[in-house]
Amino acid sequence: MMVLLDLALAAWLLALALHVVMERNERSAIIAFLALGLLLGLVWVRLAAPDVALTEIAIGGGGTGILLLRAEAALRGRGKHEEGATRGGKLAVAAGCAVISAGLGFAVLALASPAPTLAPAASDAIAATGLGNPVTAVLLAYRALDTLLEKVVVLLALVGIWSLAPDGIWGGAPEVAPAAVPGPLAWLARILPPFGVVIGVYMFWVGADAPGGTFQAGTVLAAMWLLVIMAGLLPPPDAASPALRLVLVGGPALFLAIAFLGFIVADGFLAYPEGFAKPLIVAIEAALTLSVAAALAMLVAGPARKAPAR
Amino acid sequence: MTAVLQPGVLFGLCGAVLVGIGLFAIVTHPALLRRIVGCNILGAGIFLVFGAVARRGAGAGLDADPVPQALVITGIVVAFSASALAVALLKRLSELSVGEGRAAEPAAPRSET
Repeated sequence: MMVLLDLALAAWLLALALHVVMERNERSAIIAFLALGLLLGLVWVRLAAPDVALTEIAIGGGGTGILLLRAEAALRGRGKHEEGATRGGKLAVAAGCAVISAGLGFAVLALASPAPTLAPAASDAIAATGLGNPVTAVLLAYRALDTLLEKVVVLLALVGIWSLAPDGIWGGAPEVAPAAVPGPLAWLARILPPFGVVIGVYMFWVGADAPGGTFQAGTVLAAMWLLVIMAGLLPPPDAASPALRLVLVGGPALFLAIAFLGFIVADGFLAYPEGFAKPLIVAIEAALTLSVAAALAMLVAGPARKAPAR
Repeated sequence: MTAVLQPGVLFGLCGAVLVGIGLFAIVTHPALLRRIVGCNILGAGIFLVFGAVARRGAGAGLDADPVPQALVITGIVVAFSASALAVALLKRLSELSVGEGRAAEPAAPRSET
């Protein structure tokens, strides 16, 4: 039975991906891509990775989807077009891509068996962290350096986007709300945020022991904030506002501070003192959740369009 | 045949095909926005291959190896940041080229009919 589901999922996934690439209408291609993100979430559940499934649906499907839809609306009719390839060129490229896919597929079939795994190591040491979710333990204890650097990458991308604003309005606010807010959007923006905030805080809190965590929770909170801004209920913040910058930098800064504290009170950089691992991890996660939420929302909002209020 | 139907293998193969489809869009599609979408499809394919590796690494009471899974979560967030930057650059590019088009024919009254 599960095999049938798997085969159907695989067939849908490939058919949708082909549709996204072949479809002429930009908008329906992007909506198909959104559906692809949701299907990928189901695939991740079948791969026994509920944490990844939540991230894929929230960020890969929802976040990227809204980003692309907004871009499509902004570019409609004047999008940049390169010259299309000739028929022969397309065939040659298709053959090349097929060879790459075949090579990768062959590599998947030829993977070593029994597979090398770090699962025993991850589950042996988990008692020391006080966490119950091995993925969170990897993200915030064993491989915390990756997570720290990833946060920096997100901030760098945001700096890159902000720096696309013209000189005169540097530090200003992005333009997110449409000129005329549709009624249903305004209604949803009043009804959904209370539920969304509760769900986001819950996802952050259970992330220590069950699927969930900072990225997923941060995305849900970002979506709620964006919803309120898009409906025009709150103005988007100035990029120069100290409160926004404090929230953005707060998570990574606390993470770095605790990492350096490890030199004094524990074994070294990014080491947690014995017995205090869980409270420290939860503190880092709380600050990171807010930073991720603010950063993701600002990434979608884009560069400044209005001069900053003085 | 049954070995291919294991989720760890089937979706790995699926990921391999997605990589090809994404790459084809990046190279050949005339619209630049669709090339960014192609980048995301390619990335999703690579993540799936990685997920297949994680699924095969089940052990010690866990259904899958958590280390590749955590790396995929990191990867998804970084891919989103990269897409956001690419989209912002693309919007700026189209604004600039619209500006150029107007500068080239400054005084001429707009006659679109």
